[in-house]
Amino acid sequence: MRASFSRTRPARPAPYAFLAPALILFAAFLAAPIVYTVYLSLRKVRVKGLGLGAGSRTEVWAGLSNYARSMTDPDWLPSVERIGAYGAIVVPIMLGLALLMALLLDAGRTRVGTFARTAIFLPYAVPAVVASLLWGFLYLPRVSPIVDAMQGAGITPPNFLGSSWVLWAVANIAVWGGTGFNMIVLYTALRAIPSDLFEAARLDGASDIQIALRIKIPIIAPSLVMTCVFSLIATLQVFAEPMTLRPLSNTISTTWTPLMKVFRDAFTRNDIYSAAATSVVIAVASFALSFGFLKIVGARAFSQED
Amino acid sequence: MNKKMTLAGALAAALILTSACGNDDKSDTSQAAGKVELTYWSWAPNMDKVVEGWNTTHPDIHVTVNKQDGGDPAVTKLLTAIKAGSGAPDVMQAEYQKIPTLVSANAVADISKQAGSLKDKFPASAWNSVTLGSDAVYGVPQDTGPMMFFYRSDVFDKLGLQAPKTWDDYAADAKKIHQANAKQYLGTFSANDPGWFTGLAQQAGASWWGVQGDSWSVDINDAATQKVASYWGNLVQQGVVDNKPMYTPEWNAALNDGTQVGWLGAVWGPGVLEGNAAKTKGKWTAALLPQWDTAKTANGNWGGSATSVTAQSKHKDQAAQFIAWLNTDPAALKALAGDSNVYPAANDATSTALTSPPAFFSNQPDFYAIAQQAGQATNPFTYGPDVNVTFSSYNDAFGKAAESKQSSRFTAALTTMQQATITDMKNTGFKLAG
Repeated sequence: MRASFSRTRPARPAPYAFLAPALILFAAFLAAPIVYTVYLSLRKVRVKGLGLGAGSRTEVWAGLSNYARSMTDPDWLPSVERIGAYGAIVVPIMLGLALLMALLLDAGRTRVGTFARTAIFLPYAVPAVVASLLWGFLYLPRVSPIVDAMQGAGITPPNFLGSSWVLWAVANIAVWGGTGFNMIVLYTALRAIPSDLFEAARLDGASDIQIALRIKIPIIAPSLVMTCVFSLIATLQVFAEPMTLRPLSNTISTTWTPLMKVFRDAFTRNDIYSAAATSVVIAVASFALSFGFLKIVGARAFSQED
Repeated sequence: MNKKMTLAGALAAALILTSACGNDDKSDTSQAAGKVELTYWSWAPNMDKVVEGWNTTHPDIHVTVNKQDGGDPAVTKLLTAIKAGSGAPDVMQAEYQKIPTLVSANAVADISKQAGSLKDKFPASAWNSVTLGSDAVYGVPQDTGPMMFFYRSDVFDKLGLQAPKTWDDYAADAKKIHQANAKQYLGTFSANDPGWFTGLAQQAGASWWGVQGDSWSVDINDAATQKVASYWGNLVQQGVVDNKPMYTPEWNAALNDGTQVGWLGAVWGPGVLEGNAAKTKGKWTAALLPQWDTAKTANGNWGGSATSVTAQSKHKDQAAQFIAWLNTDPAALKALAGDSNVYPAANDATSTALTSPPAFFSNQPDFYAIAQQAGQATNPFTYGPDVNVTFSSYNDAFGKAAESKQSSRFTAALTTMQQATITDMKNTGFKLAG
């Protein structure tokens, strides 16, 4: 009786008032820009004749032509392939290192655990642009102590920003900056495992490596999946490192990654329409990739929690 | 709710404004009607000091300088303001190569009525850049960057070399210097500086865009530019000049430690050398660019800008009056050269404002005489409405060419630039000739 009464009661404004700030912020700073981006991606500018003078420039509907133009741009596919290769380098190396270090710290055999944890985490606190400048100096011969040291030792240093090394040079910055963060996430997950599990395993005669492989890693699988999703998204959005290194070399083009292409179209070419179309494609791809990945591994990784 | 707030704010602001005006009206009518406030976007250093000279002598027109980050961001901001319908300044510094873009976006005003008579005060090439070859005037030239060749005279003396008069001499000198010391280069081909390459092409006689009736012509892949590209491609392929970009920490270090012993720069070069190669002061000599044809001295331009009145300005007459003063008045020219460290475009700047050489070239009293000669020999060059597309295409195409060190890739890069430019212009709807 009471329940049915409350169900038929007229709606009260209070819940909406509580929700309003979140909804307004969401609408103003997330939904509206997304809608505007989609709108822009369907528009284009047409000029008449020389395009000089008032009124020679009008904005018209473009249909899907911006998307077609963006996807058929000869620079688009190479940039997508490039971040594919970049992701194939960065994600396994970074997460592998992070997992290894988290396990080592968690094993508790070191006396400098706190120091090591901070030292490994610290690069994450360095902004990407600063990190790229720093590494840029280390890569450039004549200003690089690394190159000097290698020459001193009689080794011919590779041209780090040359065409065969540049992908590794950029990936290195991401690994350097990202390992610490992922290590902390995994380490925190490891600390949350009840210690009686290890004690039982140890009594059964399991070695440290067996404990790590058979107990720790399966239990922290959800954290591994999460760090993996974050890393995949970060890979799709790589921008600051190559953008900062670009003026230092001939090998990083203005469309080296998809996001750099968006930046070039919007701010160098003043073609926000094409940039909007590319942004929408990247957003959809990030969405598909993260959800696809979660769908594939999710069932397995989260099965313990259900 | 949001709207109401804005409305209330606007009302309050309007009330304050009207009451302030009301007070003025009562006390001093003539003053209120005559006093004009102008805003001025510029990224030149110490421009506020230069403008002070105007503000103290012109109480009726007050100019406020709004410092910008640089040429590209300022244009992006201006175009956004134009699109939004408000927020643009009255007066704007605009690089020469950006003027067609700004005109095409209807961002700058035609001030031919107010400033058309200034034509004779400037070199023809600079004036051409603000008129785009038409009867309209889209700004007044402020500074130019005639290209110059800087070289380490001590290194040249040691090897018994003369300053190169022709590009053939330059190539021969580059070879000798690199052979004498494998670490030394007379110069580098920079795929990062489209303005630099454009200046070299301009010297060779190229003009990448042109206006024919109501359509544009695009000539990036012309014979003159081909000549320049294949010349540099050959030098890079032979390995006698470097292939790394300028303005990197590495290049700065190379200037300072004597690995780069020459630089094809521009009149503003002394500041760059002073900042990067302070150790080498007194060892450099400035000269005209090497020539393709010694019978006909020619030069190119690298950098430089005009001052324009924006289309949104409500005080176009006063703004035009200000920029005419800024770029032609002897006191203003002196302040521009002294405080802002620019090379004023006006013809008589050399005699009034640039009487002593820049500090880094104090050993060369005739520095500005050479600069003036370089400025007067500058070939005309027309920029198009999508220079940024061409320039970013230069970065990518010549980046690949320089990395490959193959001469054939250099001339192929020009085809890429031409294609990218034409595709973009067609796409936007510009009418193209031929």
